[in-house]
Amino acid sequence: MDFGLTDDQRDIQRTARDLLAERATFARVREHAEAGTTDTALWQELCELGWPGIAISEANGGQGLGTIELSILSEELGRVVAPVPFLASAMAACVIEQAGSDEQRERWLPGLASGEMIGALAGAVDGTAELVISGAEADVFVLVEDDGSGRLVAAQDAEVSKVAAIDPTRSAARVSAADGAGEQLEDGCPGLGRALVAVSSELVGVSERALEMTVAYVKDRKQFGVPVGAFEAVSHRCAQMLLETEQSRSLAAFAAWSADADPDSLAEAAAMAKAAASQAGREVTAGAIQMHGGIGFTWEADVHWLFKRAQLDAAVLGGAGRHRARVAAILADKIAASTAA
Amino acid sequence: MDLTFSENETAFRDELRAWLAENQPEAKPPPDAGDDAQFAYRRDWQRRLYDAGWAAPAWPTEYGGRGASQSESAIYFEELGRARVPFAANTLGLLLGGPTLMVWGTPEQKERYLPPILSGEEIWCQGFSEPDAGSDLAALKTRAVKDGEDWLVTGQKVWTSGAQYSKWCMLVARTDSEVAKHKGLTYFLMDMDQDAVQVRPLRQITGEAEFNELFIEEARIPDANVVGGVGNGWKVALTTLMNERAGLGFALQIRLRQLLDDLIAVAAEKGLLEDSLYADALAELHVRCESIRLLAWKGLTDAERYGQPGPEGSLAKWLWSDTNQRVTQLAADIVGPQALISGTSWSYELLRARGNTIEGGTTEVLKNIVAERVLGLPRLKVAA
Repeated sequence: MDFGLTDDQRDIQRTARDLLAERATFARVREHAEAGTTDTALWQELCELGWPGIAISEANGGQGLGTIELSILSEELGRVVAPVPFLASAMAACVIEQAGSDEQRERWLPGLASGEMIGALAGAVDGTAELVISGAEADVFVLVEDDGSGRLVAAQDAEVSKVAAIDPTRSAARVSAADGAGEQLEDGCPGLGRALVAVSSELVGVSERALEMTVAYVKDRKQFGVPVGAFEAVSHRCAQMLLETEQSRSLAAFAAWSADADPDSLAEAAAMAKAAASQAGREVTAGAIQMHGGIGFTWEADVHWLFKRAQLDAAVLGGAGRHRARVAAILADKIAASTAA
Repeated sequence: MDLTFSENETAFRDELRAWLAENQPEAKPPPDAGDDAQFAYRRDWQRRLYDAGWAAPAWPTEYGGRGASQSESAIYFEELGRARVPFAANTLGLLLGGPTLMVWGTPEQKERYLPPILSGEEIWCQGFSEPDAGSDLAALKTRAVKDGEDWLVTGQKVWTSGAQYSKWCMLVARTDSEVAKHKGLTYFLMDMDQDAVQVRPLRQITGEAEFNELFIEEARIPDANVVGGVGNGWKVALTTLMNERAGLGFALQIRLRQLLDDLIAVAAEKGLLEDSLYADALAELHVRCESIRLLAWKGLTDAERYGQPGPEGSLAKWLWSDTNQRVTQLAADIVGPQALISGTSWSYELLRARGNTIEGGTTEVLKNIVAERVLGLPRLKVAA
């Protein structure tokens, strides 16, 4: 077994990390979050590098790389909570590519790949999605119902009203598509597994960064004459944060690998990854605020951006509970199948 | 990234699987058959493994093993776990004593001790922990004093499993009280067949005694039985402790997986998978189980391939022990009264699991290790 990345994948990761460390500093994130704007200069740069189309096939205008590469970029962007609509567009593209007709793919994917168009994906109830990440900027929506059916709806064919989500690093909107608006996608929305891998990977990045910031803080902050990180109540919480981050990382990695190498395992792998990453994201970022003490609770500190991003990502397409329910259903199916056999 | 086994690894696994399918041990003795019957059962099983060359595949061929890679060794333990066969009677010798001698033993010691470890002729036990030295092992007080060509050892050891059947004890004792506590220790091989060593069973909460106390009153150990040199005991002990977690962990993970599968089957039979509370709890445990396996393999293969050991080893043990407790506790809810009646396997697992977070690396200490060595957090020095 080999959990390592190829040289090319490592290059992508390192380039991404270096670029974002320079261009998506917390100061820049704050500037855009407080103004409620996308960092269009950064988005443009990422588009020129081909990021939005990283996992879209070359035939459809993308880079033609795989889910692991998509996962790497998602994680790096999660680390910096970059104020760009990458995730939403990538998730929409995943579904359009696999669940769309030739015509639908031709119409939307090249634009999504180049970044000229922005997509957004969300779970909907009878055509309405209350909170769509990057929804206010999107040109096209993929709305997925509980029964697995999905619709592709152009922005002009939907009611879109801007919503002020608690995570101001990306826009949000309430999107409502009337009966008959938009077009059906293939039943079951193939491609959702990959979309779940992307958001799970972003959550891993968010968790990892939250832990890093926490460790740095508790080594530095002194009370009672010692760094607070020396107190076991603090160090043990940090160890727990590491455990949850690494758990979710291993499951997201497995899901990313499955997507391309073992598609039969993807449904279960993606559900496990989303369940674990959603839970870890919320717990680890909450732990980060707690371990930062009073400072962690201020607007001025940067910890809250991570907490808020984790909240939004944990909720998209269902949180930990919903995905555990899917895991349980898959387990029940396996039992039924082996009993019948 | 490739999360499948290589051709060689698959061949290794298939060969072992086929052998295990053809060579199942006899039925396990019933719980009330007593310790001796249980031990004889495990000894017979080791003999069969040994005769087929499967007692210690990770040992180098020169010492009777197959020179298996770390990945193959992990596969070996997974397959033993999957086949639900007993642990070999001399597991401590095979996993701890033998590998320790391979690193620190003299050629004479290796020649003398390794073959009977492998065959199971000489059973080994571990004399590390003491009543006053558990997590703080370096505080141990058992004393070894030079007497001519021999050493005389006096002290007490605890949590020594299999002592009543053992010929050799890996004993760590203090040989120098003048230096820092880590530096005054020596690692000995103590002959258990002497009146100076008294073995007393240590009854645990499950009712039986896997472990023992040792009362040592001037036991005699020849100088030739010092391993790794006088005063070097701490380093040798660390080698032993590092091996403790590595191999067995993979078998224990599979056992946990099987326990969970059994529990899910019970839940399914009772229609409880339709109950969202139980479905959620079981799915959570399933996710944890899968992540344990991934973390363990990632830890092993990353270290093997890239040299750098990551946090995964400590994390896997911590997560395994916590998850085993959760599974066995949930079983009390799903299985019902049978899980609380003595003599059933569910009640045994429920009680035995309480030891998992204490033995082989107490969770509170593992958290400190992770915090200090992985996260680099400072350690609080408590004024004595």
